Amino acid sequence: MDLHGFGHLLLAGTWVTLKLAFVSLFFGLVLGLLGALAKRSSLAPLRWLATTYTTLMRGLPELLLVLIIYFGTTELLLHLFDIYVEVSAFAAGVAALSIAFGAYATEVFRGALQELPKGQIEAAQALGMKPFKIFWLVMLPQLWRLALPGLGNLFLVLLKDTALVSVIGLNDLMRQAYVAAGFTKLPFTFYMAAAGIYLVLTIIFMQLLRLMEQRANRGYLEGGR
Amino acid sequence: MDWIYDLSTWLQGMTAGAEPWNSYARYLPQLLQGVWVTLQLVVLSGVVGILLAVPLALMRVSKNPWIWVLPYCYIFFFRGTPLLVQIFLVYYGLSQFEALREMGWIWDSVLSQAYWCAIITFSLHTAAYIAELFRGAIQSVPKGEIEAAMALGLSRRQQYKKVILPRAFGMILPAYGNEVILMLKGSALASTITLLDLMGATRNVIARTYMNLEFFLLAGVLYLLIAAVFIGFFRLLENWFNAHQHATHLSTRQLDVQVQDEHLKDTAR
Repeated sequence: MDLHGFGHLLLAGTWVTLKLAFVSLFFGLVLGLLGALAKRSSLAPLRWLATTYTTLMRGLPELLLVLIIYFGTTELLLHLFDIYVEVSAFAAGVAALSIAFGAYATEVFRGALQELPKGQIEAAQALGMKPFKIFWLVMLPQLWRLALPGLGNLFLVLLKDTALVSVIGLNDLMRQAYVAAGFTKLPFTFYMAAAGIYLVLTIIFMQLLRLMEQRANRGYLEGGR
Repeated sequence: MDWIYDLSTWLQGMTAGAEPWNSYARYLPQLLQGVWVTLQLVVLSGVVGILLAVPLALMRVSKNPWIWVLPYCYIFFFRGTPLLVQIFLVYYGLSQFEALREMGWIWDSVLSQAYWCAIITFSLHTAAYIAELFRGAIQSVPKGEIEAAMALGLSRRQQYKKVILPRAFGMILPAYGNEVILMLKGSALASTITLLDLMGATRNVIARTYMNLEFFLLAGVLYLLIAAVFIGFFRLLENWFNAHQHATHLSTRQLDVQVQDEHLKDTAR
């Protein structure tokens, strides 16, 4: 495929896409974990808050979320505190994507928490461990193995959703393909090239996730717990 | 639809100029028009998607590599690339080909129209996801049911028509409902190819009023309402389609008095 010298632009865009995906993944995981803990909390307002969060965010289009955060934050801050803050496309993208990822990840983590054998926590309590220590040393390492398949799927969705941030002008892979298509008048070539790169990324991450799952499941019998 | 404009005028009068309600009332017709376009996109692509998905899934479960490789690649492409790339490929990409542009009405009234490009893209996109759901369901139809069908002397074709496909459809219904909600969220991308769906209409209104936050939030509420309607519809459909599975879900209190045994009360919640 002849890319008319725009190949390096696409690669630069791919790098931005990857950065966006990984930074959003980090914040999304934090949000998801907090959401799951809130959903299992004994405090009703926390549970209520987490349920509202997941219900709302799973019903709203990601594009709408990106646009609300990009255009709305500036207006809101100006309105409330009378300060003018220009939100960068990258920051708005990270915020929108991690909020969306966090909502789905909350459900994955919640499911994984439910599957944790109760005896493990009771054993830790019997050893006199404090709640935070139980969470950090006993629950989290086991959660990882149970949540990995679900989180892996969500990450592949997140990777594709990064393309939405091109709508607000971030120079990611999608945006660079758009620019190159405009210059060369060869839209099919460049969108196909972008599609090819997204596919390659998907294949790479699918393989990586498989390896990670194998590693997380070492020591467990096939099909066993 | 004059009554919408009458309603809009009447509501504007009610608000007495208070913002953002006055603007909400004024732009109500545009937004409802957008909701209508969004509904068309979701329903049409949902129906076409499932029609495409059945043959795709049937080919995909074949043991002959020459038959399954094509749907496999199709499904992999549409599930592995962003919807935004796909919609741009169809709307902007196809114009690269001289031969397509000279195809007369197919180009003029279908492939150069944002509306049809969106429907085509969404249908192809959702078909790939539904086909994968179908494949999983076809493969998990209980073996005994297929053996029973064979014992009754049904041909392979009849087995699929009378036993396997209806069973698979019942199995994927909840997942299909999810897929339609995902498509509803994805349909907002139609606004990127100039279509005035709910998202597009909202952005149009914002370009005129500069009321970013107010109208994005209103659009959010409308999207949630549409999602709620779809979820309710699929609940009904599931109850109707999988009715045989609900027979056992009666609580013991609803059972016949004769059946209400002491040992049943222990396990009843």
